[in-house]
Amino acid sequence: MDTQIISLILLAPLVGAILVALVPDRGKLPAWVALATTVVTFLFTLHLPAHFHYGQAGFQFESDCLWLPSPAIHYHVGVDGLSLWLIVLAGLLGPIGVLASWNSIRDRRKTFYSLFLIQQTAMIGVFVALDLMLYYGFWELSLIPMAILIAMYGRTQSDPGGPKAALRFFLFTFIPSAPLLVALLWLYAKTHTFDFTTLQQAIASGTIPAGPLCWLSLAFLFAFAVKVPVFPLHGWLTDVFAEAPVAMAMVVAGKLGLYSLIRFHVGLFPVQARAAAPWLLVLAVIGILYGALLALVQKDFWRLLAYGTLSSLSFCVLGIYGFTLSGLDGSVYQTLNEGIIGAALFVLFGLIYERFGTSQISVYGGLASKTPALAATFTIASLALIGLPMLNGFVGEFLVLSSTFAGASRTLAVIATAGVILSAAYMLQLIQRVFLGPISDIASNLEDHDRDFDLDFRERLVLWPLAVLMLVMGLAPALWLRAIEPAVQPASLPAQVHAARPTPPVSAQLVVSGGQQ
Amino acid sequence: MNPVPDLYRILPEVVLTITGVLVMLLDAAMPKTSRRRVLGWVAAFGTVAALYASLLQLNLPAGTAYYGTVQTDGFSIFFHVLICAIVLVALLVSLDTFPRNNQHTGEFYALITFGAVGMVLMTSAVELLLVFIALEISSITTYILAGYRKTSGKGVEAAIKYFLLGSFATGFLLYGIALIFGATGTTQITEIALRIPGAQSQALVLGGLALMLVGILFKVSAAPFHVWTPDVYEGSPTPVVALMSTAPKAAAFALLIRVLWGAFPTLHSVWVPILWVVAVLSMTVGNIAALRQENVKRMLAYSSIAHAGYLLAAFAGAGTASITAIAFYTAAYAAMNVGIFAAITLASGYDDSLPLIQDFRGLLHRAPVLAGLLLFFLISLVGIPFTGGFFAKFLSFSTAVNGGAFWLAIIGLLNSGLAAGYYLRFAVTIAQPPVANPPELPTYRVGIAVAVGIVLAAGATLILGIAPGHILDAATSAAHSFPAAISSTLP
Repeated sequence: MDTQIISLILLAPLVGAILVALVPDRGKLPAWVALATTVVTFLFTLHLPAHFHYGQAGFQFESDCLWLPSPAIHYHVGVDGLSLWLIVLAGLLGPIGVLASWNSIRDRRKTFYSLFLIQQTAMIGVFVALDLMLYYGFWELSLIPMAILIAMYGRTQSDPGGPKAALRFFLFTFIPSAPLLVALLWLYAKTHTFDFTTLQQAIASGTIPAGPLCWLSLAFLFAFAVKVPVFPLHGWLTDVFAEAPVAMAMVVAGKLGLYSLIRFHVGLFPVQARAAAPWLLVLAVIGILYGALLALVQKDFWRLLAYGTLSSLSFCVLGIYGFTLSGLDGSVYQTLNEGIIGAALFVLFGLIYERFGTSQISVYGGLASKTPALAATFTIASLALIGLPMLNGFVGEFLVLSSTFAGASRTLAVIATAGVILSAAYMLQLIQRVFLGPISDIASNLEDHDRDFDLDFRERLVLWPLAVLMLVMGLAPALWLRAIEPAVQPASLPAQVHAARPTPPVSAQLVVSGGQQ
Repeated sequence: MNPVPDLYRILPEVVLTITGVLVMLLDAAMPKTSRRRVLGWVAAFGTVAALYASLLQLNLPAGTAYYGTVQTDGFSIFFHVLICAIVLVALLVSLDTFPRNNQHTGEFYALITFGAVGMVLMTSAVELLLVFIALEISSITTYILAGYRKTSGKGVEAAIKYFLLGSFATGFLLYGIALIFGATGTTQITEIALRIPGAQSQALVLGGLALMLVGILFKVSAAPFHVWTPDVYEGSPTPVVALMSTAPKAAAFALLIRVLWGAFPTLHSVWVPILWVVAVLSMTVGNIAALRQENVKRMLAYSSIAHAGYLLAAFAGAGTASITAIAFYTAAYAAMNVGIFAAITLASGYDDSLPLIQDFRGLLHRAPVLAGLLLFFLISLVGIPFTGGFFAKFLSFSTAVNGGAFWLAIIGLLNSGLAAGYYLRFAVTIAQPPVANPPELPTYRVGIAVAVGIVLAAGATLILGIAPGHILDAATSAAHSFPAAISSTLP
């Protein structure tokens, strides 16, 4: 079971996609099949944390078989503490994505859900692949359903809308992956392997000269930084957020790129990553401020969310390239947070948009009195994004900022902290303008309808587990960090000293500090 | 051991010739009013028989026949099977989409079959005059097929352009053969290789090589010999484009390998830089021109020029690995290109009722299965993993990197990023919601033949992407038909 579980997780959505394509297109039948598939997949992913050996470095649940003898490509998959919770997160976002699309996708349901499920396989594949060619395969595969669905379901039906966003998204991610492929081919020509661990050892042993290594690491960095996105490579983000269907937009940013940065950029090229770190730290801080400042002045809530996301993803980058244990812990944790908070905010924006048909912030106001549950959930998610203590955003931001202050650069840490304040400014301002304040026309019109505009059962089913998760992850981060920490520990040590060096476990300190909050 | 009867070595050619003659005789014998569709089935079954005959040749030991003019080896069999498969799919697609009231149905199927004879013979001929004859058989049939829409001005233009430029290129090839004969006193490919080091005038040899390269590169539509391609593709009936964008190219690439590795292995250091330049030119010119096209078939014509460039990049590799990559790429390219033209035939009909990219808008909402197939072939042309297109590109560029042509791989992969732009524009147009009054889709029954044809192409594209093992083995054994390549691979 333990060796097959990952293959099962990868296969389940694919089988579901074929099933969805085969069932008759009658009413909500495709959606039900997709829901069942994603729930089963999520249950499969829960097997991983349940049987994971915590505190043990290296990969678990490994499965390795030869796919092609020449060129030697293996089907090699496995999980470690870094990818463990990301896979569970991807599994969790499956049913949530299906439920969030339940009413908003009205036509061509079969196409939508088939592609959505293929996307699930591709994303989880990126997290588990340990053969670089297999990884590259999943990485590229994840672009296709996204691009097609953005083109099909673009929100603005006017001409440049969805198709333009789809094209931008695809080209922004595909073109940087060309140098990545050349880098992979070059590595293969030198080492005759695509296996992650073997390559890591080959590079660490110094058989490859430093000059080419520098170029290789840049090719890797470039491809991943676009996907995160790191400032100034975020050109695709706003369009995609404004156009993509909710279920797709909530998985597009962050996770894949940040995971790849830690696993493959920092993991394969520790020396070069350290050399690039000062630049990336500065870019991250610029991203934090730039995103937050632009979010402050947006008139459209999708664009506000896009810039807010840029800002909070930059925190993760800041944590990675400080190369401290607690910073890396915080980055991975913040990646998970971003996945959960982002999903919740997307669903919330999506259902506000679905009810009222506009994303202009100025036309809203005073909604809280009519839709109290919606307003409350929205507030919780916003506070989590801001980083209020006891909610999950606080833990990640605290770890990143404190480690940057202590280990990397005090100046940058101080500037980045200003980003936290700005995030409070734009989110609270948004709450004030949408839910509070004078009753707008939209809110006053609600009384004419018999329908209840507050959250219905399906929407509560989506949102409340996410809200609970935000609270639990804020109160007991050690549950998650105990898996993450051993996995990121090697990356935090200086490249030459790969032997284990005793470091006080951060998770232990956090339990104490979290208790004091 | 009994010597192998010569006839066995040209069995597929014989089967195809008999089929072609049979189709023509039946056409004459059938009453004027009866439908000629059955002739297409005859041709299709003949092609299957030829494919089977090629597989039978696997049992023969490698060797030559008819005074050393044809050779059966792993290489010729690989391309025989490939060409027969392409012709089969093209016939199946034509069966359901060829207009019923056309008066020249019988000739159409006969011409395709005779064209197949020429292409198949091109891959097994090892004597330059026979090569020339085979090339002419294949070319002349394609000139006629290109002009099959006689009433359309573009159809006539396509046929005349193709014929004039094509004859010109064949002339180059023939001059090249003449110069080589003058320098070495033979037209037998292996003999040429033996006599080149002792040839009186190396200038004559180099001149011959250059002229032959021009002739063959024209046939594979590599830049700068590509100008005919978009016009011809635009004017020809789409099922014919499915055939002529793949099968004659596969045969021409086979010929290129046969000539370069068979006759000129000693001049390796001369032709590799030439092909390097041609490869870069083809990809760049093809992709940049394709970005600006509004007509689907013209766009795909430029895309096929770019693919010729990616294919030529593999020539920069070393020995057998290079030939393996080329053979594999030819197969993958054929699968996805036949497939996409078949899908376009189904969407826009024999008469191109949807000529522009914009006309395909919303197809995914109106005909999801067809549009899904079209998207799949486009994804393969982009080179996304788990499709044949990716794996072919991967092999080609990794061969180039291994052979030291690092920059060629970089230029190639940047080009494939550029290419994604126009493929995706088409894909996105297919996926975006339809306009209020969409153009009518041609209404004909999607018959069993065309369905089988497209599924074959899609299946091949998928298998080449996820389980390429067997075909890679076949391509490797094809590459081992060249002693010169094997010896150059060894350190």
